[in-house]
Amino acid sequence: MKTKPFSLYVIYGCLLIFGFVPFLLVAVTSFLSNDPNNLVTLPFTFDNYIELFTPLFGKVFLRSVLISLITTIGCLVIAYPFSYFLVRSKHQSILLLLIIIPFWTSSLIRTYSLIAILKFKGLLNLFLLKLHIIDQPLSLLYTNFAVISGLIYNLFPFMVLPIFTNMERFDFRLFEAAKDLGAGKLDLFFKIFLPNTARGIISGCVLVFLPAMTLFYIPNVLGGARSILIGNMIQSQFLVIENWPQGAATSMILTALLLVLLFIFKRKGNEGRS
Amino acid sequence: MKTLLQKLFLISVYLFLYIPIIVLIVYSVNKARFSLQWQGFSTQWYAELLHDRELWSAFTHSVLLGICAAVISTATGLFACVQLFLRPKRKHQRRSLFAILLLLIVIPDLVLGVALLLLFNIFAILLGFFSLLIAHITFCIPFVVLTINSRIHTLDPNLYYSALDLGATRTRALTSVLLPLLWPAVVSALLLCFTLSFDDVIISYFVAGPDFNILPLTIYSLVRVGVTPELNALCTFTFLLSMILVIVAYKLSRKSP
Repeated sequence: MKTKPFSLYVIYGCLLIFGFVPFLLVAVTSFLSNDPNNLVTLPFTFDNYIELFTPLFGKVFLRSVLISLITTIGCLVIAYPFSYFLVRSKHQSILLLLIIIPFWTSSLIRTYSLIAILKFKGLLNLFLLKLHIIDQPLSLLYTNFAVISGLIYNLFPFMVLPIFTNMERFDFRLFEAAKDLGAGKLDLFFKIFLPNTARGIISGCVLVFLPAMTLFYIPNVLGGARSILIGNMIQSQFLVIENWPQGAATSMILTALLLVLLFIFKRKGNEGRS
Repeated sequence: MKTLLQKLFLISVYLFLYIPIIVLIVYSVNKARFSLQWQGFSTQWYAELLHDRELWSAFTHSVLLGICAAVISTATGLFACVQLFLRPKRKHQRRSLFAILLLLIVIPDLVLGVALLLLFNIFAILLGFFSLLIAHITFCIPFVVLTINSRIHTLDPNLYYSALDLGATRTRALTSVLLPLLWPAVVSALLLCFTLSFDDVIISYFVAGPDFNILPLTIYSLVRVGVTPELNALCTFTFLLSMILVIVAYKLSRKSP
């Protein structure tokens, strides 16, 4: 086999140009100045980052982190026991397929489908009124509650799938071995199951936490004026205000957050292996 | 009692996931335009979709884009996987390739969209079909490589080399030995790429031009206006199409070689 792996070089080239160089461009742009005519211009400056430390941005940033955190915890609390039951279920194949379908199909459409449930005269209010849990319909749509439910609804499969693949590899005979050695139920969970599935939990959290801030159409469709997240900010910085350097700087902050998360993930992963 | 609780929990999660979709489908065949009340079965909203020219053009654009993106990214991904498979010693290449692919998977779509917008701007690539195609190929390739790679690892590279020893040309060994063994993974990758491309909103939002309208962006602009029965029909149709493709892809990927 003396031939050069031509197609390998092609895919490398493509990935470098379209997958790596663009991120460098974002980094460079974030240090340039804004120009109304050419979008970006010299000189290099730190202003884009300094401007991000204003109360307005701080508020959006804090709100994004908070909403993403609630979403991540919400997904985790449901997905962890759920994946456990899935691993132990007899009908695993079909149940798994039912999780994979929302994973691959349009999340915009699924977000849209929530409107009919959440709106003022929607099904949820109707249901709660019929059961006499509430006397007056609640205004659920266009609130942070709607945004968080939309995010959990959309990102749930992203939490389940990594945790599930991780649990699938767990050797359940370890439980019996531990029981024989006198471990209690809490020990089984905290000393054996949780550490062994930590990797899945962390990858699930990485896959949920960041996208939660960036799925700009969910706050746009379900949220009100007070549910603007970082994603909406970047979107408007690029396409509405057309301040690209500012938008690039905001994207860089997001990417930095991602790198921190990946770093934690990597360290946890190595701990798990040793 | 314990198993009953487990079952209840599982069922309520699935209800949470599927009730909104079922409601959407039901309303798309409801005669009533404004009320939530059921006023009889009707396919009039679907009929109206058929007469909407703009929607049709967006739909054909999306299908064209999806097919091109799926074919190109699957072909590239397939050849890369085959090359890596036949040369198991190229560990560094494999590692760096997978590092970039992982980066593309974990990076939020929004940042990728922004990054590609900057790239197209610098290279003066007009926003339209071509920019969308490049973007879609970029976010599809990681999924192709993951799908095909997990399959190819169940094979033995010696199958290929013995075909060469028996006098087959390289192309022949590839098309008659490796490809038939890989085809479920290849078809599954094709279908998944198509649905990814067909449903993508965020990245397309940044790199689409005014002359080339695609379906997800059209849906997005309609969704922001509010709920209409026509939109219910359109979303139902799009969702069912993606769902069928995903189910087929799933069945294929689970088939043992």
